[in-house]
Amino acid sequence: MSRESPMGGSNKTAIAVSGLAKHFDEVKAVESVSFEVEEGELFGFLGPNGAGKTTTINMLTGLARPDAGTIRIAGIDCSRDPKAAQHLMGVVPDESNLYPELTGYENLCFCGALYGMRRGEREKRARELLQSFGLSQASGRKLGGYSKGMKRRLTIAAGIIHQPPILFLDEPTTGIDVASARQIRQLIADLNSSATTILLTTHYIEEAERLCQRIAFIVEGRIVRIDTVEALMRDTQGRYVVEFEVSSGATALCVAIRQAFPALECERVTSTALRVESREPVRIGPLVRLIEDHGEEVSEARKIRPSLEDVFVHVTGIEASIMKQERERMGKGGGA
Amino acid sequence: MKKWIAFSSILAKDMRTYYLKPPNISWGLLFPLVWIAMFCVRSGLGLESLSTLLPGLVALSILFGTTSVLSVTVTFEKKARSFERLLLAPISLKVLMLAKTAGAILFGVVNAFVPLLVGAFLTDLSDVNWAVLTTAVVLIAISSTFLGLFIAVSVKEVFEAQTFSNFFRFPMIFLCGLFFPIEKLPLLLKPVSYALPLTYGADVLHGAIRGAHVMPLFLDLAVLSAFCAGLFAVSLRNIRKRWIA
Repeated sequence: MSRESPMGGSNKTAIAVSGLAKHFDEVKAVESVSFEVEEGELFGFLGPNGAGKTTTINMLTGLARPDAGTIRIAGIDCSRDPKAAQHLMGVVPDESNLYPELTGYENLCFCGALYGMRRGEREKRARELLQSFGLSQASGRKLGGYSKGMKRRLTIAAGIIHQPPILFLDEPTTGIDVASARQIRQLIADLNSSATTILLTTHYIEEAERLCQRIAFIVEGRIVRIDTVEALMRDTQGRYVVEFEVSSGATALCVAIRQAFPALECERVTSTALRVESREPVRIGPLVRLIEDHGEEVSEARKIRPSLEDVFVHVTGIEASIMKQERERMGKGGGA
Repeated sequence: MKKWIAFSSILAKDMRTYYLKPPNISWGLLFPLVWIAMFCVRSGLGLESLSTLLPGLVALSILFGTTSVLSVTVTFEKKARSFERLLLAPISLKVLMLAKTAGAILFGVVNAFVPLLVGAFLTDLSDVNWAVLTTAVVLIAISSTFLGLFIAVSVKEVFEAQTFSNFFRFPMIFLCGLFFPIEKLPLLLKPVSYALPLTYGADVLHGAIRGAHVMPLFLDLAVLSAFCAGLFAVSLRNIRKRWIA
């Protein structure tokens, strides 16, 4: 699947966005968003629900008009020639928007035809994709009978039927089972290794950490940080985290820990779990004794390797628990 | 060439998934036949006067055939977000919407020939000017389809599309000179009649079938063509404004 650069080899920027803004009535959905994605890069767009991820994707793909800012796809100014830019991109929306009355094979052939692929070419490509996405057995079945994971895989296949050099993936693993989510992550990694530039939006932090080379954190329509995963993870060096499972009263215990050990940061995770952080190695013994002195029992104490989620929480100020609640609300598939 | 591949695929998919489905085929056949029976019985004139009713029956068959399917399918696809897939395709909005409406236009033209076919067996159609009639049928099908598109772009829900369609369709039965001459309408309603595209289409049909048109045929055809262009342009503008906002 290797291809020549759509930019002729000299310009290596696949997506260039500058000062992008979008308002819906009084609500500022996206404000002054600027970033660049290099050719062949897997770029993550990470933020909670309502942060402006889908609005940004819609503007990049031509489904929404920006109020301000410029978008260049492979050097093409989208405000001047959006259709030329759309030729170079594949789009996988957050929900399957294929046709339930068509079979999987017919859906792929139809999507190929929308990009001007000739009959023989699109039929061959559809068969190849069904094979590589593990959907050959279901190719003759109508989409209405597919499971969520199968639909999502077929939607990704439809997005790349015309072999676009740039792919937009909007929440590809939201709301699907763990096995399907894992399969889709592998497909995304394979696509990227075959030189497809990918812009991935997700609110699964582990997914972004695992797949992306660079990540932009977006909160309330603004990008608060863009960096490589390695650079983001460096922020967590020198931080020590211990999580305690207790019988009850995590909030009161946090107050007590902060009073007894001012150098420690303590956060209630749930009513029976708390998280202690420090710039120095955390000694578990004194903390267990303090908890037991307060009449509670410790069922488990574990040292945690600081993750990208910690960086996200640190950079955005959004509580980890909010992201966890969102994950639970959106479905169980995203857990990486 | 690429444009044509996309155009023909959208048309073929719509024909297969919407227009050639058994309920639509039966609707397309049954509806004009019911109109014929209803008006023959109600008018009390009998089958020999079918040529008097035929222009109205042809116009109604086209109007209901085109608007009922198109406004619902476009609204349905918009609601299910599959319309987004079409908007993302690298074809112009004009080509895309022509492809989406071509199926309804064909469906309307086929519907028009059901009462004509019945009429050919039951009455003498030897004086019919078929060239003018076919032109009128095609233009009525296009204008009615674009009216359906205008309705589809104006609403959000499928049931709204049906309600809004009837808001236009039922008054048109009485106001467009299909069965009741416009001259006999109250003075206040006459301007409304002349603001509706079907008035001009029906006048051409009366002229082509019975030789009894009120306005010059070239004027009818010109106004009808202008309605087609206007409704399409307004619908495209509304799509850009509302769906690619």
